[in-house]
Amino acid sequence: MAKIIVDGIEVDVPPDYTLLQAAEAAGAEVPRFCFHERLSIAGNCRMCLVEVKGGPPKPTASCAMNVRDLRPGPNGEPPVMLTKSPMVKKAREGVMEFLLINHPLDCPICDQGGECDLQDQAMAYGVDKNRFAENKRAVEDKHIGPLVKTSMNRCIHCTRCVRFTTEVAGISELGLIGRGEDAEITTYLEKALSSELQGNVIDLCPVGALTSKPYAFQARPWELTKTESIDVMDAVGSNIRVDTRGREVMRVLPRLNEAVNEEWISDKTRFIWDGLRTQRLDRPYLRVDGRLKAVSWAEAFAAIADRVNATSASKIGAISGDLAAVEELFALKALIASLGSANLDSRQDGAKLDPALGRASYVFNPTIAGIEQADAILIVGANPRKEASVLNARIRKRWRAGNVRIGVIGEHVDLTYPHDYLGAGPETLGEIAAGKGSFGEILANAKRPIVIVGQGALSRDDGKAVLAAAAAITSAPGRDEGWNGLAVLHTAASRVGALDVGFVPAEGGLDVAGMVSAAGQGALDVLFLLGADEIDTTSLGSTFVVYIGTHGDAGAHRADVILPAAAYTEKSGTFVNTEGRVQIANRAGFPPGDAREDWAILRALSDVLGHKLPFDSLGELRKALYAAHPHFAAVDTVRAGDIADVAALASAGGSLGWAAFANPIHDFYLTNPIARASAIMAECSALAAGQLAAAAE
Amino acid sequence: MLSDKDRIFTNIYGHHDWGLQGALKRGSWDGTKTIIEAGRDWIVDQMKASGLRGRGGAGFPTGLKWSFMPKQNDGRPHYLVINADESEPGTCKDREILRHDPHHLVEGALIAGFAMGAHAAYIYVRGEFIREREHLQVAIDQAYDARLIGKNNVHGWDMDIYVAHGAGAYICGEETALLESLEGKKGQPRLKPPFPANVGLYGCPTTVNNVESIAVAPTILRRGPTWFSSIGRANNVGTKLFGISGHVKTPCIVEEAMGIPFKELIEKHGGGIRGGWDNLKAIIPGGASCPIIPADQCEDLIMDFDGTRAVKSSFGTAGVLVMDKSTDVIRAIARIAYFFKHESCGQCTPCREGTGWMWRVIDRMARGEAEKREIDMLLQVTTQVEGHTICALGDAAAWPIQGLIRHFRHEIEERIDLYSRNPRPIERQMLEAAE
Amino acid sequence: MSVRRLASEQPESFTLSPENLAWAEKQLLKFPEGKQASAVIPLLWRIQEQEGWVSEPAIRWVGEYLDMAYIRVLEVATFYTMFLLAPVGKKAHIQVCGTTPCMLRGANKLIDRCRERIHPEPFHVSADGSLSWEEVECLGACVNAPMLQIVPDTYEDLTVETLDKLIDDIEAGRPIKPGPQIERHHSAPVGGFRALTTPELYDGSMVGQGAGLAAAREAIAARAAAAEEAARVAANPAPAEPPVAPAVKAQGEADKEKVPNQVNQTVPASDPAVRPDAAKKE
Repeated sequence: MAKIIVDGIEVDVPPDYTLLQAAEAAGAEVPRFCFHERLSIAGNCRMCLVEVKGGPPKPTASCAMNVRDLRPGPNGEPPVMLTKSPMVKKAREGVMEFLLINHPLDCPICDQGGECDLQDQAMAYGVDKNRFAENKRAVEDKHIGPLVKTSMNRCIHCTRCVRFTTEVAGISELGLIGRGEDAEITTYLEKALSSELQGNVIDLCPVGALTSKPYAFQARPWELTKTESIDVMDAVGSNIRVDTRGREVMRVLPRLNEAVNEEWISDKTRFIWDGLRTQRLDRPYLRVDGRLKAVSWAEAFAAIADRVNATSASKIGAISGDLAAVEELFALKALIASLGSANLDSRQDGAKLDPALGRASYVFNPTIAGIEQADAILIVGANPRKEASVLNARIRKRWRAGNVRIGVIGEHVDLTYPHDYLGAGPETLGEIAAGKGSFGEILANAKRPIVIVGQGALSRDDGKAVLAAAAAITSAPGRDEGWNGLAVLHTAASRVGALDVGFVPAEGGLDVAGMVSAAGQGALDVLFLLGADEIDTTSLGSTFVVYIGTHGDAGAHRADVILPAAAYTEKSGTFVNTEGRVQIANRAGFPPGDAREDWAILRALSDVLGHKLPFDSLGELRKALYAAHPHFAAVDTVRAGDIADVAALASAGGSLGWAAFANPIHDFYLTNPIARASAIMAECSALAAGQLAAAAE
Repeated sequence: MLSDKDRIFTNIYGHHDWGLQGALKRGSWDGTKTIIEAGRDWIVDQMKASGLRGRGGAGFPTGLKWSFMPKQNDGRPHYLVINADESEPGTCKDREILRHDPHHLVEGALIAGFAMGAHAAYIYVRGEFIREREHLQVAIDQAYDARLIGKNNVHGWDMDIYVAHGAGAYICGEETALLESLEGKKGQPRLKPPFPANVGLYGCPTTVNNVESIAVAPTILRRGPTWFSSIGRANNVGTKLFGISGHVKTPCIVEEAMGIPFKELIEKHGGGIRGGWDNLKAIIPGGASCPIIPADQCEDLIMDFDGTRAVKSSFGTAGVLVMDKSTDVIRAIARIAYFFKHESCGQCTPCREGTGWMWRVIDRMARGEAEKREIDMLLQVTTQVEGHTICALGDAAAWPIQGLIRHFRHEIEERIDLYSRNPRPIERQMLEAAE
Repeated sequence: MSVRRLASEQPESFTLSPENLAWAEKQLLKFPEGKQASAVIPLLWRIQEQEGWVSEPAIRWVGEYLDMAYIRVLEVATFYTMFLLAPVGKKAHIQVCGTTPCMLRGANKLIDRCRERIHPEPFHVSADGSLSWEEVECLGACVNAPMLQIVPDTYEDLTVETLDKLIDDIEAGRPIKPGPQIERHHSAPVGGFRALTTPELYDGSMVGQGAGLAAAREAIAARAAAAEEAARVAANPAPAEPPVAPAVKAQGEADKEKVPNQVNQTVPASDPAVRPDAAKKE
């Protein structure tokens, strides 16, 4: 620890702290533009200048100087830093004036207005006069894709965007070209950015140079209601803030959570909101004479009751979708059980994950933050860049820190960091597990290895054997005490929660494939789809399909009864992310029209079916849920899986197949019904397909 | 006047063979092995004792700089980087070393490299010096062929010397910008600390020296620090290449003793001021970034670090720019302001925005299209740039304007008056007034 | 400096000639493994020599060749002003130095002449496409001002008349003489040398026993003696004072001064002479 006196207050900080951090530790505010905790230090905006006694007689950039670089006083006194001295005041005013001379006075039409660092800091540290009598610089706007709008006159050249895309997102596409006052931020030949994380540059840009294109001129920050919530576009469970005006979601922003998404979110998370407005199911429908007809809730329930009462319990099934919250899963499971059926499943992709094998067998045990502790990473049958973009950024962060080898078995893809491509299929996995090859040795000797197993490797016949092989690697001897490196990477936000509540076939019940095939053969009479759109809805034969969901997607098209439900921003719901972290999404708005929260629909339906569920409110439901599964009460925490389960899994073995692993997600932008309803996502998808085609040429 | 025998660069005019044979005959590579055998510490101590201050402008003691390199190799290679990115307006001394006396530099690179534990040296030549680069490369090739440098050379210290080059960026003369450029990036200066002696080229310990500093080292070591330090005055010793440009009768490069009176320098080598001594208006003593010195302070001006500092200017690179009374001194400084605006790398705010602002204001002043209160505003803006930037280019851009306002404020005011009385293009009015 | 953009019209493709490719391979050897990006400036320069300018396909080619992102190569190509991003005059691109030392000696007249004879605007080619011009910043030949560069040579000590003749000769395809365009030997004063006139400098008599070399030999001998003494002491283990290593002391001294940004604070910030980190070079 090193002592430093900041504005007369002595603080004890680690010697590698920057002066800026030391100032914050002492409670002194230091303005900044270019500095960002998660990016490399550029030191170029000069806003954070402070005065250091005993140093050169000029102000020092506090973001770039470490406490240990300062000289102690002549008698060994701690170094002295001033953040409010006349020299500092002059420096800040000077830098602020320079930043403003070429910055347009277009705040009234700037989307950054109201949440602009430059505005705020100009108010706090600037002067109120303008001495610049020359013409302001004009810079041409750049086209960098459908998501990020540029207004380059406003750019203050802090290069946060360049550093983010290069360092965090791992794409060297943005740059600062030219030099001097004519330097400009652009992509090469104004090509669209190809990163799934590009939207974060909008948050990073301290001015209005990079703003959200879809959100352009939609709203002002002060007229928005801000609700803290959880994202469901992937299984990372990114912490988000949903900004609404009235009923409508206007935008989605990240929230800070060091353990999950740091402060990044993927573009799907950020720009999905237009999909919440279109293709919505806003009233119940009943298929009459082959056509869907709007009906009342009572009519819809009555139709369902007719069919349920007319069949036997074993001919009823339920499949839950990827966006379902734990509450409705719990309710549906209870309903199906009360009807006497064992047919229920949440694994739309047929992943060979079984809650009976223990929680450690289906979660990302090392945790997302734990990636940073890994000393070797093997990725099996997954493309984390597409399946969990933010998690992929964490792997990249680990790679940037150095001394880690990353191997991939499966498809050959660009992960934004260098890796050893080991092979395509289980054969390679077997060799690696046996410690063969250079990477096999690395893994064998690693203290904290992580084996990331994707759904591409699990949703196949030998999925269980693949999981066992991965478990064998991570539970081999020589690992650090308590290190559990088996990391199942989920793609569905609801999946871990569903497995936690046991939304899998009960004794003798049918799984997804079994139900679909039974439906096709006429052996299943009633099938409940809780937002399940990723199954083959065209081969359900003449089964009576009840679709409870939000969007007019595949499930709704096949449905005989549609019960309109609430999307993730419209209900309070519990989600468990891939690492097993329980998080609660809050309601930011109300569902459209007659649509209702899913659990409430199920509760009302259960009454009509004569099997009334034992809870009348969400609170009661949760009480029952917590009683059955206590870990759901521990919000924001991860209940660690039992490492012994992994060892048991490892010994299960099983024979590996031959086919190459295929990644589950090929179109990042269109993975769920909300995304498929979004025009923005459609545009991004088309653009990405075009870029892929161009790259293939 | 320095005697010819005390001159280090004896072929600076290129009137003899600049190749290895000619250089050997003039004394280069003489006893190099002995010097190296005397050891690393001995060399550094001798260089410190000689009192040589860096010849690139800052005047930092060269021996001291060499001693900053880590004594022990921690696994990373050490690098010597020689700054031949001579771009300061008014300075053209290194060009003559590169094209007419390159073996001084090659030999110096070997010795300096040895003294800092470096087995590789990069000489970064400015892009415009194409022929100079070719000469230097030939000299290096000759030295390789004669096994003076390279692997297993006769001197017993493996040394590879490479020529690298820029492509038109003054800022690459700043040592960390040079390293960035050498790494294949834009020449944008790095933050210090870390200093290059710890984290330099490719993240390895590196020392960056000016061409002249390295090129004089072999001769200093051969003839002894006492010889070198006996020339000039305390703290300002040795010989120095002076460039005399502008309004003198015979502009030239010449090696002279430090501390030579300005008047003597001009009379003896520059052939006198055009139109006689009384026609002198002002000088810029050491390259464009040094503040201007008016004629009355040139009378007794001593040309060394302390002498120029005494008149609030700087010795810089000793490229003296002389201006006679025909000079439009405002326009001359405005052109320098344009230079710095053109060469600002654009990385940090005060320089990127300030150089353009300062140039625009002073350019208006040169046309008289300004208000008198803007003079103080301009002066204030220079202080907002100076000392607030990552590298010294901001300071370099501020000083010429500060110097101008300090000494020629009345001319700016007269120009403004002239224009405000009769708002017509100022050039024509000045022409008419002259007739 | 104005905004530097790639030319609107670009060729379809780019290939480096086999000779230049061989040269490029050699350039890579100059730099440590994995640091091939260091060759980006020499490579772009070679391309400009081959093609006359740097085209967009060439930038991509360099990116592929050096394993650099295109945008990084573009950054370099637009940062360094010697890279011409559009075609220039076929016979010559005249770069007139316009910075103050040349300006004081009449560079503006040369520029005016270029405007009249070539094109009113810089970077525009003349009517027949053979010439173009631009004003560049200091080319580092200030004692030979005013001057210009037609890559790779410089033409110095110009007047409007000699510039006219130069342009005439270029247009006519006559050879032109680099260097001073007046009676003058490089950077020596006009009218004859005032220094370096002593013949002994050049007859080999400067090769000899400098005082420094003698001191070096003494240092070597002293060290050898010390080593011998140490060996003797080691052979006869008698109690001896441990020798103080001078190098360690010297390092200690140096370290004292090594503290970054150590500056005499009694001198004002604006004084350039006092700040080791202040002036541009070194």
